[in-house]
Amino acid sequence: MYAITIDSVTHEYADLRTLLAAASAPKSGDELAGIGARSAHERAVAQLCLAEVPLTAFLDDLVIPYEDDAVTRLIVDTLDREALKPVAGLTVGGFRDWLLSAEADREALAALASGLMPEMAAAVSKLMRVQDLIHVASKIRVVTRFRTTVGLPGTLATRLQPNHPTDDPAGIVASVFDGLMYGSGDACIGINPASDSTASAVRLMELLDRLRREYDIPTQSCVLTHVTNTIEAVERGAPVDLVFQSIGGTEGVNRSFGVTLDILREGLEAGRSLRRGTVGDNVMYFETGQGSALSAGAHCGVDQQTLEARAYCVARHYEPFLLNSVVGFIGPEYLYDEKQIVRAGLEDHFCGKLLGVPMGLDVCYTNHAEADQDSMDTLLTLLGVAGCNYIMGVPGADDVMLNYQSTSFHDALYLRRQLGLSPAPEFAAWLERTGVFKDGELKAPRHSLHIPDKERFRGLSS
Amino acid sequence: MACPPESVRPADGAKPDDLVREDFWAGLRSWTDARIALGRAGVSQRTRDVLAFQLDHARARDAVHQVLDRETAFGSIEFLEVTSRAPDRAGFLRRPDLGRLLTPESEAMLAARAGNGFDVAFTVSAGLSSTAVERNFQPFWHEFAPAFASLGLSAAPPCFAEQGRVALGDRVALALKARMAVVVIGERPGLSSPDSMGIYMTYAPKSDTTDEARNCISNIRSAGLGYAEAVRTLCALMREAFRRSVSGVELKVDDALALAPGAGAGELAE
Repeated sequence: MYAITIDSVTHEYADLRTLLAAASAPKSGDELAGIGARSAHERAVAQLCLAEVPLTAFLDDLVIPYEDDAVTRLIVDTLDREALKPVAGLTVGGFRDWLLSAEADREALAALASGLMPEMAAAVSKLMRVQDLIHVASKIRVVTRFRTTVGLPGTLATRLQPNHPTDDPAGIVASVFDGLMYGSGDACIGINPASDSTASAVRLMELLDRLRREYDIPTQSCVLTHVTNTIEAVERGAPVDLVFQSIGGTEGVNRSFGVTLDILREGLEAGRSLRRGTVGDNVMYFETGQGSALSAGAHCGVDQQTLEARAYCVARHYEPFLLNSVVGFIGPEYLYDEKQIVRAGLEDHFCGKLLGVPMGLDVCYTNHAEADQDSMDTLLTLLGVAGCNYIMGVPGADDVMLNYQSTSFHDALYLRRQLGLSPAPEFAAWLERTGVFKDGELKAPRHSLHIPDKERFRGLSS
Repeated sequence: MACPPESVRPADGAKPDDLVREDFWAGLRSWTDARIALGRAGVSQRTRDVLAFQLDHARARDAVHQVLDRETAFGSIEFLEVTSRAPDRAGFLRRPDLGRLLTPESEAMLAARAGNGFDVAFTVSAGLSSTAVERNFQPFWHEFAPAFASLGLSAAPPCFAEQGRVALGDRVALALKARMAVVVIGERPGLSSPDSMGIYMTYAPKSDTTDEARNCISNIRSAGLGYAEAVRTLCALMREAFRRSVSGVELKVDDALALAPGAGAGELAE
């Protein structure tokens, strides 16, 4: 039981789950689930109450019971209580102050990550303003390696997303080439396939691998198909670089995605067995997003931002190369407008970094949300300042397969130029070597890369 | 209408690279509908591409937010108007649960019209794109009506709901005591397809029916799936659904089409 008295009125919360939901920033998804604060006053009161809760309370008052949920068991069983010690005596409010202090430098924050429960990260983020979320996240670096090194200070990587509504190889090749010529693709070249079969996934893996070898690009590819398809592809001898899976913050939402923690482990082992990384062996690529648990009817009464942080706890267990929240993708019933999307994107990025996850963001929205490209520019710029590992690179910011808007190759170039950021070092060297960049600036002269020949990709058509 | 200029002459003293650049791989544009080889102004998108994007976005936004023009959408086709519990457009977008439920008034109105049991209850909704229904409903329906008549099934009075989700059709069918719900609805609009119409068919709908019990025909529009093809598919699915008393994942569209008259095994073999 948690309580606070304001103006002689006592407000009570049965448990942390209720208190976290009431203290959360406004989200249409929490409204839909019937768990958010019902007024601005209720929210502010809950935040005051949450600020007084000791961090150690989270160790005892689990938002989803240990017996009921495999994600809770993972959180509790893998928690490094020794690492929590520097802040174990603090309240949630005191934790915010500590995070903003000089004491919480890069090393201290890195050492803390394994001692934090995701609920602690979510709780403190609920007391933070936008500038707090940006400032603290910018102090944290989570660096991962496969063929490129992503997350280094002074860098911003991009996932080149060359989707095509029918997985047409020529259409995909054209978008890949376009992205490369704009300096995109150092996080990965990753396709969301239109078809869900293992056979077509393998075809796309072979296509991307062929392109990578042909242009001698130091990057990694990924076909974002179900992890069991990728495991099967590995068994068939396909050139798998990164192993993808969508994950969430409860056992139920993961079940709705057709995965368990054991299946993810199998995916990790399958990916690593190929030893295709040259500078490291982070092989997993995860996508998450606020609202997925509610959408699957598996939210267990927990607010969507706390559940998102729990998804990061699942992710870090598998030492991923990349993780991005698809922040505005799921729709306005979870994040209604620009304000909600921007806030959620910064919360996701902050919580992920704090928990030691290599956070990227798909800065995006759908046409039925109250948002536009100005909204994307705002979030994009804030994430750049916050030190986001990577963003998406989609031709013209318009994904013609998934029917949503994200960030374009140009947008990444804007952000790099505006903040003085470079691509991942291995990829940056390739861009200079080929002449796409000169002295860190886009050049792309005619001789830099040869234009692909359509005839040569015809044989790969399905 | 004035065409946007292909390029801009460099100002005095400016290097050509500082202004608008074409991409030498522009020939690849014919390989995909994706917005590739846009060229650049500095490293940013050029004016014409920024404005073209905004125009497409505006079309998609209008498809979501404009109130459906019934004259355009339905002409002389008559519908019973029903209302969901979503109070308005914003409420509909925020609370899909309310868009799945009928108001008590609509429920009572339909219950009064329930006969001894119809085979099919049709529900049309603007869904997320009124443009989709305005452009595609009439041509689809005029092709569908005779094909449906030949199936020998009875239809309840068709209903229209402005703020309806797919599952609202289940409630309509239940209130009208119909054995099947067919929902025709505007799909979530994309920038290049603001006008896609979808059809969902559910056999023996219940108040808690979920998506795996539905068959869907998607992307019905002039640049997508044609009306004749949509009608053929829907009729085949309806016939099979009634023959086997199932719909959804247990009913494969390819199987249904293979069994449809005019697409027999012999014909497929040819």
